[in-house]
Amino acid sequence: MNRSRAILRKIGWAFFTILFVVILNFFLFRVLPGDPARAGIRDPRLKKEAIEMLRVRFGLDKPVINCFEALNPIKLGSCAVNPLDTQFFIYVRNLAQGELGVSYHTNRPVADILSERLWNTVLLIGAGQILSIIIGVIFGVFAAWKARTAIDFTSVVSSLIVWSLPTFWLAIILLFWGSNNGLPLAGKATPGASSLPLLQQWADIGRHMLLPTITYTIVYMGEYTLIMRSSLMDVLSEDYILTAKAKGLSTFQILKDHALKNAMLPLVTVIAINLGFTVAGAIQIEAVFSWPGLGGAVFEAVGRRDFPVLQGAFLLIAVAVIFANLIADLTYSYLDPRVQTE
Amino acid sequence: MSKDHFLEVRGLKKYFEADRPSIFTREARHVHAVDGVDFNLRHSEVIALVGESGCGKSTLALLLMGLEEPTAGTISFEGRDITHLNDNERKSLRRKIQMVFQDPYESLNPTQTIEEIINEPLLVHGIGADKTERDGRVKKAMEDSGLKPAEVYLKRFPHELSGGQRQRVVIASALVLEPEILLADEPVSMLDVSIRAEIINLLAELRITRQIAVIFITHDLGSVGFFADRVAVMYLGRIVEIGTMLEVLEKPQHPYTKALISVIPVPNPRLRRERIILQGETPNPIDVPQGCRFHPRCPLVMATCKASDPPFVTLSKTHQAACLLLVK
Repeated sequence: MNRSRAILRKIGWAFFTILFVVILNFFLFRVLPGDPARAGIRDPRLKKEAIEMLRVRFGLDKPVINCFEALNPIKLGSCAVNPLDTQFFIYVRNLAQGELGVSYHTNRPVADILSERLWNTVLLIGAGQILSIIIGVIFGVFAAWKARTAIDFTSVVSSLIVWSLPTFWLAIILLFWGSNNGLPLAGKATPGASSLPLLQQWADIGRHMLLPTITYTIVYMGEYTLIMRSSLMDVLSEDYILTAKAKGLSTFQILKDHALKNAMLPLVTVIAINLGFTVAGAIQIEAVFSWPGLGGAVFEAVGRRDFPVLQGAFLLIAVAVIFANLIADLTYSYLDPRVQTE
Repeated sequence: MSKDHFLEVRGLKKYFEADRPSIFTREARHVHAVDGVDFNLRHSEVIALVGESGCGKSTLALLLMGLEEPTAGTISFEGRDITHLNDNERKSLRRKIQMVFQDPYESLNPTQTIEEIINEPLLVHGIGADKTERDGRVKKAMEDSGLKPAEVYLKRFPHELSGGQRQRVVIASALVLEPEILLADEPVSMLDVSIRAEIINLLAELRITRQIAVIFITHDLGSVGFFADRVAVMYLGRIVEIGTMLEVLEKPQHPYTKALISVIPVPNPRLRRERIILQGETPNPIDVPQGCRFHPRCPLVMATCKASDPPFVTLSKTHQAACLLLVK
């Protein structure tokens, strides 16, 4: 049918976008100045031979692509190089085999580093996202329902305030507050907690998650409140709401059956895009609370010119965002029959 | 309950607050949307409510539907005062009085199928013992509204239908409750001219087949001649002339009605009529003119018009108009 063809086309486009990201991702880091082999070890006494060894080990001695030594066009290389023996080709071939490379700095497989960090981030940001969506939407619905009353005014003003709070500042304030109340301040678990029974381990992680999750929720819920409020107020002024009232529906039924579904449409897009960025983590929050997440990993890798980690992380983030958008597109056409999946 | 007291409206007023009292103004100013309306609707009668935009026609409809609370006055239905009701009483009344809104592009929820839209009132009011019975009612309402065969439309969404078909859906979802009064608020003004006659014919048919009383709100006097029993002309929140269709269209007495009728297009180009073109805009309903509210635009204005508000003058058993020229 037409619909399934449209879905296939959307998936095709998503795949094409990922392909583009893969290519861009590679060249983006190659045009950055600096030698990755030198960045890891800053010691000036490092011998030339040792550097050369590192370069050979990570394949940095090979030309980036055919005819170019590096992406910097001044460094023209020999075009006689076998194209299959260039960095780019090896990168693509490895990627096709699910191989993300080895970190220049820690010498560990990038896939291992990322997967370990990814779950920490998904745990923290996922909890924050879900909480901020639920609380934000509830506030937004109340504000729109009681539009132009004290409730509405209070929620709009407080949403604007929390939305404009600097994330790191709120995080630090909460950190001070937490330190006075015996909450753990850094990391994901108390050292040595892994010897405890499983339930206590989880409780320990939960205690560590508390402050960063609260920070995330507070900072992001304002956005949801404001979007939900304005969208619901738009819908509530539509004629079909009046029609529903004339049919005899109660206020609650109107909200539930007519208003919310239509008002959710703009929110779906925002939620999907934000969920996509969940993977990217919140760099500021992860940095303040020393949370071992993906955002932190990216931050560290940039400083060390750890290209494989950055490439892997960026690819992961891009795939997550593209995937989330795909889901949003598909949800949209389900929620709103007018959106023809063309 | 006499036949005359089916729906009775007495002194109905609705003022909207235009602005709040501040340090500069002692009193809040009000929009006099509906400013003292009286009329009766008989069983299975069609009244056309005519007036230019902003004269309070739609507000009157919302008041009758209980979608707005009146500022003053009473509405009674079958001898019972329905001006102020609690939620439950209002809900049970909605089964009897239903409304067709002006814009069929806006008054249907885009995420519901036609079946869901028409079935919803039945679910809300708990009508129909089971799905089969409800389906039967939905189908009957659809076919009575001219959506034949119903099966073709059931699973469609509003955006897949034309304007005329949508308005039929709106009418069907009102009819499915088997109301006794149907309020039609400019039901054809958003439709193509070719579709208008069809929808008006449909309303006229329903009145015969289902014995429904219709309040047909329009700004187009030309379209009411088809099926209205009586015509009420509204100006600035008040009815200025009411009478049977023939009385109002053939022997209009109020200068405003005369002006409205004089500009109805006549199909025969050889027939020329003198047109009365009113000067000026409709006055602001916040500052209603003193005396007769029509006097600033009236071509036959007299000195007394600025001072005294004209009473309703009875011209025949059914015909009344509010104009000082008629006071003898």
